[in-house]
Order: sequence, then C-alpha cells, then structure tokens
Amino acid sequence: MGALNHKFNENILITSLDKLLNWSRSGSEWYFQFGLACCAIEMMSAAAARHDLERFGAMPRSSPRQADVMIVAGTVSLKMATRVKRLYEQMAEPKYVISMGSCANSGGPYWQHGYHVLKGVDQIVPVDIYIPGCPPRPEALIEGLLHLQKKMREEHVLAKKEV
Amino acid sequence: MIVTEQEIYSSLSTKFGESIGDFITEETFNPTVLVKAGTLADVCTYLKESESLQFDSLMSLSGHDQDGESELSVIYHLYSTVLDHYCTLKTFVDREEAVIASVANIYRTADWHEREAYDLYGITFTGHPDLKRILLEEDWEGYPLRKDYVAAEFYRGMRIEKVK
Repeated sequence: MGALNHKFNENILITSLDKLLNWSRSGSEWYFQFGLACCAIEMMSAAAARHDLERFGAMPRSSPRQADVMIVAGTVSLKMATRVKRLYEQMAEPKYVISMGSCANSGGPYWQHGYHVLKGVDQIVPVDIYIPGCPPRPEALIEGLLHLQKKMREEHVLAKKEV
Repeated sequence: MIVTEQEIYSSLSTKFGESIGDFITEETFNPTVLVKAGTLADVCTYLKESESLQFDSLMSLSGHDQDGESELSVIYHLYSTVLDHYCTLKTFVDREEAVIASVANIYRTADWHEREAYDLYGITFTGHPDLKRILLEEDWEGYPLRKDYVAAEFYRGMRIEKVK
C-alpha cells in the first residue's frame, strides 16, 4: 500500500452490492485459454511479459468451469464450431464472449470461399465485444478487455431479470 | 552414388514394362514417372527394396484434380535417405470409382496422407489400416478439393455460404 497506509483506518466505505460485485468481477476477467489460429499467438503475446494481461486481472484458465470470458481467437471452422458452442455452454454464468479478429467476427479471408469456416462466431454464441484486426495487436485485445470491464461495471447481476 | 531420374525410369521400365507410362520432364519441377494405378504398390515395393535404389522415405502423397472433369491423380514423392536421390510417381484413377491400393504397409507416412486424400478428394485406398476422414467431420458430405465440389448451404444448422 505504501503511501495509502494508515489513511483509511478509521473509515467505512459505503457502496452498493452491485457495484462491489461488478468491481470485483471486472477486476478478474479470467479468460478461457484456447486459441484457434494466429490470433492465439497475439493473445499469448498479450498474456506474456511485455503486455502482461494480469495487470488487468485477466488470467488464462484451462477449464470452462473457472472461466468468465471466452476469447474466440482465430478461425472457427465448422468442425470446431460445435466444440466452441459446447465449451460456451459449459461455462458458468455470468459469462462473456470476445470475438477476436476478422475470422471470428465474420469469416475474415475465408468469407467467400471458406466452405469449412463459420462466417462469424456470433452465429452460435452471443458475442459481447468484437475486436477487428487480422490479427489484432495485443493492444487491441487489451482495449477489448477494458471495454468488457466497462460493460461489466454497468450491469446489475443481482437484480431480477425480466422474463 | 546418385542415381539420376532418367536411370530410375529406365530401371522401372525394364522391370514393369507396359505398366510404366511416360517420363515427364518438361513443365514440371520434379521429373515424374507415370505409373498405372494397378501396379503402383508393386512399384513402391520395388523402389524401396531394390539394393541400387533404396527409396526408404515417402516425403509426400497428394491427391490432385486437374480440371473437375478428367481423371483424378495421386502423386508420390519418394526420397532415398541412404543414397540421396529423388523420384516422383504419378498415377491416375477414375473420377467416379477412385480406388487405388494403399502403400501404408510399405511407407508408414502414407497412413495419414492417404486419409487426407480420401477426405478431400474421395480417393479410396484399399488395404489401408484405418481409412476415415482426417480433417473434416465424419458426417461431412462431398469431397471439397474436387474442382466440381459445390459447398452445401448448411452444415448441422450452421450457414456456410453467405456470398455468391
């Protein structure tokens, strides 16, 4: 803490439970560790020392049970699409999807002749954030995660959902 | 001692006679020996076991569709790691009934390569230990790398073609 030591000892912080939860959720965007193509290289680069995603509380998890965010990093082939959908269904609520790169957004370079490629991962899972680029640089991925943080902070996870 | 492609061709011609077709040297990167589909496995066995040739490595096995109308072909790139020389074989199979003997029992490399050719070109390799699709799903219809392939509109409810 350093300079903040003994500054708040005698104080009480008051906030709403929603804000507290959202603050903690947005500060720990644990993302699902799987890559499908070259975007995964950029995702790995973003997670490694130079860009260091852990600064934002984002760390890779190898199990859908522990992940909050699924980063679809790469070309979603039709064969993989069935698996991506199943993995998304296995994640616990609340869950988010980031579509990273042109392929996951729209099919990218496989748009016209990709008989084996899903033209946009939003056809099978609901996407929260789209990151353009081919592949996007780590900075772009970080911006996407920050936008997702902003989205998380504006939510009301405890409120009753309209049916 | 490096054996030239021409010498390999002569050797094959003497041994197998009519089953060996032309020797293509023009407009090709690798001089290619045309072989009749029926004798291909025998030719491979001979190339591998001959003392003077010793082709112990199959570098690549690929399917090929020239124009979507004529016959399909299978191309074998062989290499001798002992004697450091190369040989390319090419054989044609019928488009409707694309069947050829497997060389997976001669070269282990051929196992997955033949599965790939089966997956994408629909060429059946008889005698293959486990001939099934390698890249696409088991329930995929058609053979995508054939020139006359038309992509389906949907696969398991997922739309494939958006742009015409």
